[in-house]
Amino acid sequence: MKLSRRAFIKANAIAVTAAAAGMSLPKAEALANEEDLDIRWDKAPCRFCGTGCSVLIGTKDGRVVATQGDPDAPVNRGLNCIKGYFLSKIMYGKDRLKTPMLRKRNGKYDKEGEFTPVSWDEAFDTMAEKFKEAIKKKGPESVGMFGSGQWTVFEGYAASKLFKGGFRSNNLDPNARHCMASAVAGFIRTFGSDEPMGCYDDLEHADGFVLWGSNMAEMHPILWSRLTDRRLTASHVKVAVLSTFENRGYELADLTLTFKPQTDLYILNYIANYIIQNNAVNEDFVAKHTTFKQGNTDIGYGLRPTDPREQKAKNAKSAGGSKDITFAEYKKFVSQFTLEKTAKETGVPEENLLELAKMYADPKRKIVSYWTMGFNQHTRGTWANNLVYNIHLLTGKISEPGNGPFSLTGQPSACGTAREVGTFAHRLPADLVVKKEAHRDFTEKIWKLPKGTIPGKVGYHAVLQNRMLKDGKLNAYWVMCNNNMQAGPNFNEEAYPGYRNPDNFIVVTDPYPTVTAMAADLMLPTAMWVEKEGAYGNAERRSQFWRQQVNAPGEAKSDLWQLVEFSKRFKVEEVWPADLIAQKPEYKGKTLYDILYANGQVNKFPTQKISDGAGNTYDNNEMEDFGFYLQKGIYEEYRLFGLHGPKKGHELGEFDDYHKSRGLRWPVVDGKETLWRYREGYDPHVAKGSGVQFYGNKDNRARIYALPYEPPAESPDKEFDLWLCTGRVLEHWHTGSMTQRVPELYRAVPHAVLFMNPEDAKARGLRRGMSAKISSRRGEITATIETRGRNRMPKGQVFLPFFDARRLANKLILDATCPISKETDFKKCAAKVERA
Amino acid sequence: MKWLILRRLSQLAILALFLSGPLLGVWITRGSLAGSMTLDFLPMADPFTLLQTALAGHFPAGTAIIGALLVTLFYLLVGGRVFCSWVCPVNIITDVASWIRKKLDIKHTSTVGPGLRYWLLAIACTLAIFSGITAWETINPANVMARSLIFAMQDAIWMGLGLFIFALLIKGGWCRICPTGAFYSLLGFVSLTKVKASKRENCDNCNACYQVCPEPQVLIDPLKTTGSSPVIRSGQCTNCGRCIDVCSQDVFRFARRF
Amino acid sequence: MKAASDIQQSGLTSRRKFLSGSAAAACGVALFGLGGCMAKDESGVILRPPGASEEFLGACIRCGQCVRACPYNTLKLVGLFGQGGTGSPYFEPRQVSCEMCEDLPCIKACPTGALDPQLTDVNKAKMGLAVLVDQETCLNYLGLRCGVCYRACPSIDKAITLDARHNQRSGKHTLFLPKIHSEHCTGCGKCEKSCVLEASAIKVLPRSLAKGELGHHYRLGWEEKEKKGSSLIPEALDLPDRMPEFTPPSFEEVKP
Ligand code: SF4
Ligand code: SF4
Ligand code: SF4
Ligand code: SF4
Repeated sequence: MKLSRRAFIKANAIAVTAAAAGMSLPKAEALANEEDLDIRWDKAPCRFCGTGCSVLIGTKDGRVVATQGDPDAPVNRGLNCIKGYFLSKIMYGKDRLKTPMLRKRNGKYDKEGEFTPVSWDEAFDTMAEKFKEAIKKKGPESVGMFGSGQWTVFEGYAASKLFKGGFRSNNLDPNARHCMASAVAGFIRTFGSDEPMGCYDDLEHADGFVLWGSNMAEMHPILWSRLTDRRLTASHVKVAVLSTFENRGYELADLTLTFKPQTDLYILNYIANYIIQNNAVNEDFVAKHTTFKQGNTDIGYGLRPTDPREQKAKNAKSAGGSKDITFAEYKKFVSQFTLEKTAKETGVPEENLLELAKMYADPKRKIVSYWTMGFNQHTRGTWANNLVYNIHLLTGKISEPGNGPFSLTGQPSACGTAREVGTFAHRLPADLVVKKEAHRDFTEKIWKLPKGTIPGKVGYHAVLQNRMLKDGKLNAYWVMCNNNMQAGPNFNEEAYPGYRNPDNFIVVTDPYPTVTAMAADLMLPTAMWVEKEGAYGNAERRSQFWRQQVNAPGEAKSDLWQLVEFSKRFKVEEVWPADLIAQKPEYKGKTLYDILYANGQVNKFPTQKISDGAGNTYDNNEMEDFGFYLQKGIYEEYRLFGLHGPKKGHELGEFDDYHKSRGLRWPVVDGKETLWRYREGYDPHVAKGSGVQFYGNKDNRARIYALPYEPPAESPDKEFDLWLCTGRVLEHWHTGSMTQRVPELYRAVPHAVLFMNPEDAKARGLRRGMSAKISSRRGEITATIETRGRNRMPKGQVFLPFFDARRLANKLILDATCPISKETDFKKCAAKVERA
Repeated sequence: MKWLILRRLSQLAILALFLSGPLLGVWITRGSLAGSMTLDFLPMADPFTLLQTALAGHFPAGTAIIGALLVTLFYLLVGGRVFCSWVCPVNIITDVASWIRKKLDIKHTSTVGPGLRYWLLAIACTLAIFSGITAWETINPANVMARSLIFAMQDAIWMGLGLFIFALLIKGGWCRICPTGAFYSLLGFVSLTKVKASKRENCDNCNACYQVCPEPQVLIDPLKTTGSSPVIRSGQCTNCGRCIDVCSQDVFRFARRF
Repeated sequence: MKAASDIQQSGLTSRRKFLSGSAAAACGVALFGLGGCMAKDESGVILRPPGASEEFLGACIRCGQCVRACPYNTLKLVGLFGQGGTGSPYFEPRQVSCEMCEDLPCIKACPTGALDPQLTDVNKAKMGLAVLVDQETCLNYLGLRCGVCYRACPSIDKAITLDARHNQRSGKHTLFLPKIHSEHCTGCGKCEKSCVLEASAIKVLPRSLAKGELGHHYRLGWEEKEKKGSSLIPEALDLPDRMPEFTPPSFEEVKP
């Protein structure tokens, strides 16, 4: 391997530093008022988090010159967080990729060659050859894709179709796997249908908020602003914050609970126990709308099967299994979670636990529980999600204004694209799954594919994809719209070796040369954000559309274009077996493009002029290139899943309506949005007179799960004596590939520092400002010690942000996942800190 | 030429001590001529600057006192104005200007008496007393020049240019009136090492030493006044050794005062 | 005496010498005057290293050892004709802010005590005081969620807090107004440095410029009460109010 691992990281770090340092300081984009006159304004959702703030984009001479918060947007009313404030700068980093770059030596592709600019033809030819070779040699399971919750809805759908319907591989997973897979698994397990029942309007209705492992103050800044306002303007409102360290949310909290990592499982069960013991159960609700289940225990940690921890685990293979129990059995089960025991195991004072339990138990207090990565990135993440639903179900505090559990998503379209479109290895659009034959049949019908095209076996999920690359089972791999080498866990051992495995061909599509792109064999330049027409779905089921505002630089082409254009290189005979083609003889000799996209549905809408109400016109590069309105065609086909699919309650509105509106919350039925699901009057699918129906399950009931505490996969020991947690900061978006290129944000928070308790630092001969070496069993990095500032760490715990490409924090993280959701636990592993 | 070369080497070496850190990362001396720390154990401080702080009402604490004492002791041994001709960077500028004056044969320019410097010294001290700050240090060319060279400040250019022009117009340049020089000259009146016209009897009245000496008034007595000591006792002598270099009769040499 | 007379002959006449002598003297005096004027300007809007006292320019020998000691290159020396006294140390937080080193290397390096060696806790440093100088452009005042300055502050929640106010315009958001507390602000300037605006809305000013002073004749009632733990005056009589028999429930009671 020519580029050694260290050299690779170093080279990349230099590239990033140069990119950051070489940026010209912002030209004072002095927009005098007359100049403002010829700016064209149009709407779009913010490129960053799942809050889904709406902004207006100011374009002039083919460049985005300004943005503003949309003053009429219901989510943000003209406001933005500091990332949103800098939206107009994210596309103009100095090192945008403008042409495909292939590793070449002596004019030929060579895995150890240097990145060389090539034409799209050469790029796609090389890539198609590698994909065909892999499929021919090892079958469809040897190709795969890692996608994104930052893809537009159209892109996610096109990718799902290409891989599941075209290549017949379910090895398609989004980076949302790292982000909210546990919430997905939790919702499905309890309610039989994904995504929250409530919406942001809960913020103005609740009497209490409980934040479980969510630094909402930094990660959902505009929602936090609304939550704070509720707290400010109604004096009876209470806010409780639970975390393993003091974060910015503590500033507002009336009640704080700092617990030992993983012991949130105790607290969740204790509250259920308290509710039962104190007769606060909403008996009528429980009797009518729930059933009880005992989930399998000892389910392992999603590690490689060879790991002793997996071999020891009894139910590693049936992690999601469960059996029915009665309320009495459930009551007995939770009775072991007493106040004393919970206080002892969690380190939280009894009175704080009691106060929290009382908040939930008080029948007059409406409560919303919010959570983010603290719950989801958890080796028992699905359990944690189930357990919080238990509390809301026992008290009946759900599916009505101000009452409900609500998982906050990190990415702008984790809901809209990853979940609703179903870009996971086990999913299909609109809540369908690949495992169920009826769901596959329905999908194949809509996609006009022969029966049996979509494989029934669940594909490789995020962590498994890396393992399979390393093991040489996955050989042609496309990474799009994410930076998994920096974001994913344990990349030294599990990701990088797979990318550089000589048997594999790795393609990365990105606007910037990220860590991941630099590790690839082929880099493809892409259009970002408003350089293409798109749609995102935010955390409250709101789908928002935008038009293409400007053109991408150089030869960069959108992810959508790349997916669809690439399909032209495959004759169906090259990827499907003969018996499948025999079912549809008319497909003989056709390309995947003909079958998947030029199928009479997706290409139904001819080229048209795209204009807004004010008469401004807009480009649509995909429409120009393919000769039909691709986005509209994709959307209208996708919409059929919600309208006619086997799962109720996923209806979407008309394509053109979304372009006119500031987003609509699905299900959109009879021209109306749905704010609270499963509740009569709010949700059109709930039968009259039934009050509540959890119609995701056939019996219309939600499940209450008995699930215990189980220890984490790795805890501190003598050698690695600290808990390490990695995460985000308000100023930077995930791996910083966009925000680190905004000079002001770079200056605001240039480096990732290691947050540490001052006494822990002292005990190691360290002081604030000193450079320290942080190591785990999987690698080491150096960072500056910070003992003050925004996060205050309890003794025994350190926190390291992962946005900094010079300090790849997540390589220290163990690739242990929740065995049910397959989401990695980034929040706890064992590490040590020494003087550098 | 011997002493001239040694002086230039000394002046440059001292700057090098300060500059090796910022330029090469090898830290020998930190600070500047006003105050410094060498190899983390040898403090030095300019006694005149420190005197101003004392007059301004600040009782200097710590290492500066030790540093100033060491420096005073040193100059008491090697000669007070040794600072001027062996250490201070302004001297290089004045010397270069004088050399050009000679080459261009600029004659009709002003000169100033050797006493003015003491007035300025007195004014500098008075200013410190009345303003409560070390006001003279705002422009003190000796310290400004050294500091701006060491800290790579633009001032080096402006101050250097100013001093250069000043020295073109006025014979002896700034060094003729510098209060820092005046201060060190006071040490020079009692310091140990001195130039001695030990073979004054060999003098052939060629006048070369008068031409070359920046403070020619100090030569008159020791060289020509019979009965007076052959030692150049005046503190205004900078111990530069130019007279030694230039004298074809080897009249001068370094010697002890007593 | 030949040589001596030579000097006089080759030199200038005594009258000319006198004239030029006085010219130089005038020149010197002018320089001194200049020095005096500039010295007056000493306070200015300039920030000193930690531990610098009010009489800093009387104590500092302008040696630059503090500058060399600072590991972050925070400190610089004032240039000729610059504000604050040539050669004296200062820093410009928007360029490089003070990192508040726990071991205060700058003070340790200072040979004169101009940087007070008694200051051993950097949290007690008083280099200046941060002031939110422009409420019109500060993003948090506009309702956005910036607060970069707040999170950059090493003494977050003590030196800067966010004062939460209802956002009248949006109706459902909060204004998080940065508020600086002079008791805890060291003037390190991390806030000014990190402000994301093109010109910082928060700036560190010398304390003398930044700080108001409450009239000595007035006390803050609520603070005095808190200090004492009870009202400063002994219990006062309060008679019940006469009310009609039926009282409508108060707003708070109607609320859930
Ligand atoms: S405290 Fe540290 S960063 Fe601040 S001026 Fe002193 S040495 Fe520099
Ligand atoms: S070290 Fe002290 S005396 Fe020297 S410049 Fe700094 S403050 Fe002045
Ligand atoms: S100057 Fe700013 S960052 Fe520094 S302590 Fe004061 S408020 Fe905090
Ligand atoms: S960083 Fe600047 S704009 Fe942001 S809150 Fe602070 S002062 Fe306001």
